Amino acid sequence: MSSIQTFCEYFFTYGGYKDYLYGLSNTALIAVFGLLIGFVIGCLIATVKIFPTKNPFIVVLETIADGYVALFRGTPIVVQLLLLHFGLFPLLGIDLDAVVEAIIIFGLNSGAYMSEILRGGINAVDAGQMEAGRSLGFGFGETMLRIILPQAIKNILPTLGNEFIALLKETSVVSFIAVIDVTRSLQSIADSTYEYFVPYIVLAITYLVIVLVITYFIRIMERRLSKNER
Amino acid sequence: MSDNVILSVKNLYKKFGKLEVLKGIDIDIKKGDVVAVIGPSGCGKSTFLRCLNRLETPTAGEILFEGNYIFKNERIYLKQRLKSFVLPKNADDATKTEYENLKAEYAALRKEEKAIEKYLQKHLDLHRQKIGMVFQQFNLFPHLTVLQNVTLAPIRLKKLSQEDAQAQAQRLLKLVGLEDKANVYPSTLSGGQKQRIAIVRALAMSPDVMLFDEPTSALDPEMVGEVLKVITDLAKDGMTMVVVTHEMGFAKEVANRVIFMSEGVIKEENEPKAFFANPKDERLKEFLSKVL
Ligand SMILES: Nc1ncnc2c1ncn2[C@@H]1O[C@H](COP(=O)(O)OP(=O)(O)OP(=O)(O)O)[C@@H](O)[C@H]1O
Ligand SMILES: [Mg+2]
Repeated sequence: MSSIQTFCEYFFTYGGYKDYLYGLSNTALIAVFGLLIGFVIGCLIATVKIFPTKNPFIVVLETIADGYVALFRGTPIVVQLLLLHFGLFPLLGIDLDAVVEAIIIFGLNSGAYMSEILRGGINAVDAGQMEAGRSLGFGFGETMLRIILPQAIKNILPTLGNEFIALLKETSVVSFIAVIDVTRSLQSIADSTYEYFVPYIVLAITYLVIVLVITYFIRIMERRLSKNER
Repeated sequence: MSDNVILSVKNLYKKFGKLEVLKGIDIDIKKGDVVAVIGPSGCGKSTFLRCLNRLETPTAGEILFEGNYIFKNERIYLKQRLKSFVLPKNADDATKTEYENLKAEYAALRKEEKAIEKYLQKHLDLHRQKIGMVFQQFNLFPHLTVLQNVTLAPIRLKKLSQEDAQAQAQRLLKLVGLEDKANVYPSTLSGGQKQRIAIVRALAMSPDVMLFDEPTSALDPEMVGEVLKVITDLAKDGMTMVVVTHEMGFAKEVANRVIFMSEGVIKEENEPKAFFANPKDERLKEFLSKVL
């Protein structure tokens, strides 16, 4: 009991909740903007890879994209954080807020995964759909946008949801580059009070609740999309 | 060329890798023609049809749609001649000139054909708007309602207003007896209904010619009739069409020209009565004895 008391006292009376909320907001910022950046990058790469052309410029882009995907999928996110924060950014003279850096790195990281997810989703749409669109007179891009992508995104929504959940949980390592996220905030409380069990239980429950809420919203979206076709 | 030739195909070749599927197809399709294409499975009927709207890029030959090139590659022959041209070191002037002429001819043709391809990169889509296509597997857009399926292209490509496009769609849907299906999604329709919607979707662009690739082959037998009736009505209204089909009854009754394709070429063409009553090609005789 007393450990709960200690935690509550520290959390509420001594302002621990402020750090917690600050950490929570950073976690949310990194996850949400990381996802958005990842989605945009993923779309760009998937488009480059799927575009039917022998244009040398696009072929070069494709090669770059391949290297990028291999690099970010082939190394742990912690390594990417460390390498960019302590290595590449200082080298290039880039001096950003650590949260912004984290957003960029998580965006780049999830972009690599997302491009593969999107590509799979696009390839899974029946080839006849592209042909039907083209035969009506739509260009490649407009067929993609209006006919292929809506179907592809519907198919990959569950996977995208999982990607978002994975991304959110992975942000728990950003304290490696001195970002105070929700994990770090509760870690500080634990370190200050020498009580570990309660803060970490609170931490676990925090992640669990967020993930459950996200899952719930994904379900609703899926249901709404599939209702479309009844 | 006379004005009423809609599609003109000359010496059309198509290879998939090493597999030569079309080996020199020549045909002019005139306004109002209803051309039935028959032939054994795998002889290249679909490939031929898909070349006509460039869903498939041919290897060599020419296709003109309403007098405009939508495909041209003749330089391939000059290139072959150029390659096999042996120019000896001590060649006389005549041979040298011949070689130079050939080279110049090739360069000129290449320039012309590259210019056509470049033009088509921008304008092929505009030509395609006037070539309707109906697929064996319908290929309706499952994420859109029937009405949206039909109005998408007219609204986006012909800049019809939403109201006009919908009014037109309703009129066409009524024509095929599906006016009550405007607001449902394709997954709720039967195969025959889907195919009628697919025809309406193509018609909504007011095409000058319609290409049908075995439009009834994926249907249960009891639904074949309803789709054939729609196509027959269209033909009677004067729509120009090319129909790849296994329905010999349709070819006999509705088409004004029947074509037999085999081994990548048109083996026989005739008006339907003579075609079926008096086939000349051996393979056609054999084919007809199997399907009739
Ligand atoms: N995209 C492709 N790549 C490689 N080979 C192909 C491709 N499309 C068709 N073929 C081959 O070309 C040949 C002709 O095919 P096509 O579909 O034109 O025949 P078809 O006359 O329409 O036959 P069916 O009556 O079965 O529809 C076949 O041997 C087929 O395997
Ligand atoms: Mg076929």
